[in-house]
Amino acid sequence: MNELEEFRAETRAWLEANCPASMRTPMPSEEMVWGGRNVEFCSEDQKLWFERMRDKSWFCPDWPVAYGGGGLDVRRSAILDAEMRRLHCRPPQINLGIWMLGPVLLEYASEEQKQRFLPPMARGEIRWCQGFSEPNAGSDLASLRTTAVLDGDDYVINGTKIWTSYGNKSDWMYALVRTGPMVPKQKGISLIVLDMTSPGVSVSPIDLISGKSSFCQVFFDNVRVPRSQLIGEVNDGWKLGKALLQHERRAMSRFSESALPTHFDLDEYVKRCLPAPQDADEVALQQRAVACLMDEQAFSLTNRRMIDSLSARQDVSGLMAISKLVHTEQEREKFEILLQLLGNQSMGWSGDGFASRDLDLTGAWLMSFAQTIAGGSSEVQLNVIAKRVLGLPDPVQGVRS
Amino acid sequence: MSLIYNEDQQQLLDSAQDFLAARSPVAAQRALRDADAAVGFDPQVWQGMVELGWSAVAFAEDQGGLDFGFAGFAPIFEQIGRHLSASPLLSSVVLCGSLIEQLGSDSQKQGLLPGLIAGEQRWALALEEADRHQPDLCDTRAIRTDSGYRLSGRKSWVIDGLEADGWLVIARLEDGQRGVFAVPAGTAGMTLQRRQMIDARNMAQLLLEDAAVDASALLSSDQFEAALELALDRGRACLAAELLGCCEAVFAMTLEYLRTRVQFDAPIGSFQALQHRAARLYVQLELMRSSVMAAFEALDRDQADPAQRRQLVSLAKWKANEAAQLISNEAIQMHGGIGVTDEYDLGLFLKRIRMAQSQLGHSAFHVSRYAGVRLS
Repeated sequence: MNELEEFRAETRAWLEANCPASMRTPMPSEEMVWGGRNVEFCSEDQKLWFERMRDKSWFCPDWPVAYGGGGLDVRRSAILDAEMRRLHCRPPQINLGIWMLGPVLLEYASEEQKQRFLPPMARGEIRWCQGFSEPNAGSDLASLRTTAVLDGDDYVINGTKIWTSYGNKSDWMYALVRTGPMVPKQKGISLIVLDMTSPGVSVSPIDLISGKSSFCQVFFDNVRVPRSQLIGEVNDGWKLGKALLQHERRAMSRFSESALPTHFDLDEYVKRCLPAPQDADEVALQQRAVACLMDEQAFSLTNRRMIDSLSARQDVSGLMAISKLVHTEQEREKFEILLQLLGNQSMGWSGDGFASRDLDLTGAWLMSFAQTIAGGSSEVQLNVIAKRVLGLPDPVQGVRS
Repeated sequence: MSLIYNEDQQQLLDSAQDFLAARSPVAAQRALRDADAAVGFDPQVWQGMVELGWSAVAFAEDQGGLDFGFAGFAPIFEQIGRHLSASPLLSSVVLCGSLIEQLGSDSQKQGLLPGLIAGEQRWALALEEADRHQPDLCDTRAIRTDSGYRLSGRKSWVIDGLEADGWLVIARLEDGQRGVFAVPAGTAGMTLQRRQMIDARNMAQLLLEDAAVDASALLSSDQFEAALELALDRGRACLAAELLGCCEAVFAMTLEYLRTRVQFDAPIGSFQALQHRAARLYVQLELMRSSVMAAFEALDRDQADPAQRRQLVSLAKWKANEAAQLISNEAIQMHGGIGVTDEYDLGLFLKRIRMAQSQLGHSAFHVSRYAGVRLS
């Protein structure tokens, strides 16, 4: 048995011994555990699972041990991932800081900042939110206008951020702010982190077509932030922001893949709703559903290939660039098929006439529209692929097309 | 194995690239077409492939093979697709070789495999009777006689059937089971008709009218259906890899054209409408590669159980078919007028792509087959 297989066996044994049985069941959305100052548990098992994974340093299995991580290499963290999936282990916590900000801090932050921010993140003590988009800076993120002006040893922040997931429940925010001139607009941007309890921060939630949502708008009114909380160089935050977005794309596809808010297996619905397709319409619907399943499998194989390529030190930027686009569009197609399979039963809005599972499906379908927009719309993803992966030329200014 | 090429496969890929670029570039396929040769490939190029060991890659050493494993065919067929190269590697080695290897008795294997591996004897599989791939359909009959069998029926589409040294004919026996007969060239009662196809390769209709063969022509009927399915799955994976290579070539041509073709004072690749479409082609190319690699992983040394193999091979052929459909169509559209001229190579790729899509199962066939496993 080689070292990797030994690691797999140990990991499997550890998970079997330490992951409580109730943490190996599908996770309803209300039972997600969010790391942070006020972490809430629905059960003793949840707490146990959270603490055991934390103490094993497996919230961040692939971070260096020095910053509270597990120190695993790519292969081993992929094995941990696969073994958790095999045993249907729930994620012990959800933490956007770990998935997105963490890798960027590891690469760009000062040693002092790493020591200050990474270990609490790795212990699940701080819940992070992201302040990127603004009402007038969506796909054109670089046109953001929230300002941070140096005053003594503090930056004073004014402006507003929108589409901030869980802005009302987070402890800290990492934000892109304007510390320099608007022209050229990418040059005057910095990445800064701030405590959401700072005076002058206010948050209001946003309702979506699916109902209540995690999205918020955050307002800054003369919020003072110590200059030691600016990450990297002043006016060089665009580079960090782009790095962060790459991690976000991957995190988003992981996020929805880890079955949030609830998992809907198309296989199961097809078997249940079309046990023996007879009529032409049933056959056509089944074929469409099977094609969707096939595309899902092609995507999951692509994720596997990405891991294989990473461990062979091959360039995976192309595969990373397609990940969010493919996953969110496949999800939307899946929900559209589920809607057709279930008919009116999948379009209930509220009340006793519908099982909660059906209502969850309605919500998940409507949310699938948000997923192809959030974190860089599909069109932004296509721009990224065309320019950075395929090397197609930039538009020529003033060209009539 | 993994979903990326290992060192050995990478070496095969590189040597195939060097060989085909030198000996079998697209221009050579065009010349073959213009010469209207019924055999459809260049025998000297085929001999070169044999010398490189391609016909021996997947066979065990005791049968005269290299015992590289089936996954060796992935890089080879990818390069065959890239260069649009015609050869009997699929028909003779992959399809017929698989059947003989699985179903032949020791003496049949000794009689047939060495010549096949050495490229001296070329075999063609006579299976298809319908216009679309229907591997279960079989009206060809084998009637027992005193000395052997008499075969009657029509095999409508025999890949590389012209000028073959023999045909593996699938026929229904009197007990209702199917079996496969090794019918050598020169057997009386056989008529071959050339079918000139869009890809200008070797295709024949084979008519059997009381064609008499020895009893020893029948390969073992034990496990015939399972053996045929495995042989076809191997062929399907190779076609999917070929389609992958075709698509890479077509996509590279298209990107180059988008970068260099100037209209409205700008390279057309700077227009977002075309950038987004090109990006979607890239997505399909990557999904196709992952699916093809997974099929070869399942087929390599026959590790996977048949259901898993069936699922992954059908996924690969389906994805290759679908992606190739989109990529070939979009490539022509983005090239505009030059894309539909005979002078330009894109049309040659389109024609081969359509044939490879259709062979051993179009998309709907593989969706149904995949569903049979996934939803059972």
